[in-house]
Amino acid sequence: MKLVSYFRGEAFQRGVHPPSCKLTAERKIRRLPFPDRVTVPLSQHIGKTPRPIVRVGQDVVRGQPIARSDEWLSVPHHAPLSGIVEFIGLRPGMRGTWIESIVIRAHRGATQEDLWGRPRDLSQATGQDILQAIWDTGMVGLGGAAFPTHAKLSVPKQARVHTLVVNGCECEPYLTCDHRVMVEHAADLIAGIRYAMRATGAVRTIIGVEDNKPDAVLVLRQAIVDAAAAGATEEIHVEAVPTKYPQGSEKMLIMALFGAEMPAGGLPIALGMVVSNVGTLAALGHLLPLGQGLTERVVTVTGPGVAKPGDYRVILGTPLKFVLDYAGVPAVDALDTRQVILGGPMMGQAIGALDVPITKGVSGVLVFRREDMQERESRQTYPCIKCGECVESCPMGLNPSTLGMLAAKREYDLMGEQYFLGDCFECGCCTYVCPSNIPLVQQFRVAKQILREKAAA
Amino acid sequence: MTAPIEIRSAPHVQAAKTVETIMRNVVYSLLPICAFYVFQYGISALASIAVVTAACLVTERFFVRTGTQAGRLSDYSAVITGLLLALTLPPGFPLWMGAVAGIVAIALGKALFGGIGFNVFNPALVGRAFVQAAFPTAIATYTPSFLPDRFTEFIPSTLAWPLMIPADPVPWLKAKSLDALAGATPLAKWKFDGVMANADELLTSLSGHMAVGPSPALILLCGAYLAARRFMDWRIPLAVLGSAALTAWLLFAFDPARYPNPFFMLFSGGLILGAGYMATDMATSPVTPKGMWVYGALIGLLTVVIRYYSGLPEGVMYAILIANAASPLIERITQPVPFGRGVLARVKKRATYPLNPGYISREEASAVTPKKRFLPKKPKK
Repeated sequence: MKLVSYFRGEAFQRGVHPPSCKLTAERKIRRLPFPDRVTVPLSQHIGKTPRPIVRVGQDVVRGQPIARSDEWLSVPHHAPLSGIVEFIGLRPGMRGTWIESIVIRAHRGATQEDLWGRPRDLSQATGQDILQAIWDTGMVGLGGAAFPTHAKLSVPKQARVHTLVVNGCECEPYLTCDHRVMVEHAADLIAGIRYAMRATGAVRTIIGVEDNKPDAVLVLRQAIVDAAAAGATEEIHVEAVPTKYPQGSEKMLIMALFGAEMPAGGLPIALGMVVSNVGTLAALGHLLPLGQGLTERVVTVTGPGVAKPGDYRVILGTPLKFVLDYAGVPAVDALDTRQVILGGPMMGQAIGALDVPITKGVSGVLVFRREDMQERESRQTYPCIKCGECVESCPMGLNPSTLGMLAAKREYDLMGEQYFLGDCFECGCCTYVCPSNIPLVQQFRVAKQILREKAAA
Repeated sequence: MTAPIEIRSAPHVQAAKTVETIMRNVVYSLLPICAFYVFQYGISALASIAVVTAACLVTERFFVRTGTQAGRLSDYSAVITGLLLALTLPPGFPLWMGAVAGIVAIALGKALFGGIGFNVFNPALVGRAFVQAAFPTAIATYTPSFLPDRFTEFIPSTLAWPLMIPADPVPWLKAKSLDALAGATPLAKWKFDGVMANADELLTSLSGHMAVGPSPALILLCGAYLAARRFMDWRIPLAVLGSAALTAWLLFAFDPARYPNPFFMLFSGGLILGAGYMATDMATSPVTPKGMWVYGALIGLLTVVIRYYSGLPEGVMYAILIANAASPLIERITQPVPFGRGVLARVKKRATYPLNPGYISREEASAVTPKKRFLPKKPKK
């Protein structure tokens, strides 16, 4: 722990403070136009990949289910726009591999005004009914991990949940989509929280918001008062937590709010908690009563290379090139655009081609120019000088310095057994602070993958 | 797709601190100390600092050029080694011996292990340990500070020819009508003559002709700058000084007549320089926070023990070298406990919200918790 932390009373131990660079925090969410063609990858979330239930050449209506699976850990997909199914097959995905997708061409002249849905009255619904309705919306965690929401909110038989923790931290630099959703869709968020509380049986909800978003805290507190005036009886609190990366990790947020360490390898449910992201619950609050499917999400398009940065409501499946053209990335083909990242700068994924679609788990699109990368590229890599910065920044309390040296020696088994590599959630703090410019978290990703393959073999 | 976009692995941003900035700031913080040292001892000290640093840089350049060690000359680490080594040597130390010390420091202390980051022992102290063994007389010959013509005249031993025994400064001092004993360090005076220096002399090294080396107060100030900007870990100096003070105080309480007071122990000799700049050398100290405390405490304890019970007046150097050797072991036994793997799941006393709301009973819980598990596999109506 740093010396100042003793006096400041920080939310959780260690972690880093990257410059926040929230360029778009003051801008309203705007809607991106509909593209003439969308690509819906079938595998967008953790769990079983759903199967298409439409044929090539079939007309689909915006919001109609087009893929589903009967597996527990899987959600359906919905047509993002009205049009005709043009192609079902392999298309480039964000990880560089080609994945099975459904391509829909918009009907010429279609207004795309209507959204297919099955409105229902959930005022008397049981938790089970709500979970079923959540499954119908095809909702996954919109914070980035894309874990099916109905699975997250369903409580195993033996366990009980008393607290719903809503994660409004958005600790990644640059990203503001959750912030804008909290400010602009606070009522939806409260409605979504109330559904989630009924689904899980939680008696209280605590919304954790980082204190660099004071406007969101104020708006949410007002929304809670308004909801209570309208007859809501649930106990909902908003808590401003000190800004620090990676507070958006559920373990760190629970530490910040309750001062409790989640046991390693456990889920928040072991502490009687369920953690969900604000964007997910706000979308739920909007979609559930209408019985509609998830066909769009808010994406932060930002970075030094974007002329019109902002939070855009993007149709799922929109090609990235369309998004970037609209947001004013000057001449994507020119040499000055060097890196396009899906997600935030700390954990986001750089992509190699601009024809990949926006999926349910994409929270941001970041564009860096050549000159933004130059400083990093010119940096010299040194051997580890054992300064201990990484040890003091690892939120999981690991020893990245030793792990890095073991990774260089390919002692992967030792890393996993004695140095708890499995606890690493790849937040990137160690690489961020490393003065020697050692790609620590990159090495750990490789090591974890090798260990996984070994375990599978 | 012809877009020349590149793929890198996250994180895509990085903190501004690099090895160069760390090392450069350490050099900056050493400059006032060196300036004061030169002010105390005149051109002999200046020549010593210049020659030793140059020897370190030339040796580093040689090994970097031949490719036997990592890093490069521009990372300033050899400059730090040179400056620190010069500060630990007596001001009138023959220049050729200083050059030998610098070459040995880099060659045996650093390049042999593979360069920056790989060294097991503090290079500056390796160099100093070598010359202490090789030239025992020269390294124990201190001259008084604030001699009147220190800026115009070299201390005679400084300009000894290479491989020659340096001139004895005693006749030179006698000619200046100064007591030869005035050149002894406070520690040597205490050890061999039982004379104790005063606090103000030790702290600022401003008064009299006492040969106290670089000013401890200034070193503390510069070290505080480094620690505040997080270019140095604050735990190690604190642990070194704390454990040295505690050990000295225990012995002092046991027999005040035989042992000096803890204040004298802390501020005499090289303990402050060692604690602030030598022990905190990143490559040779443990990375784990707990390990830093153990390592620092070991140095403090060993320093006092060596000073009291060995034949040498000064013990900081050997204490740090021994602790350097122990540092990998210390690191191994003080691995941090990962999050959520403590003996008990740790819960802070002062949390914003209680972990379990007290008003929920099991009956209430079962009333609101869905009874059936969600199973979409079942055929729907």
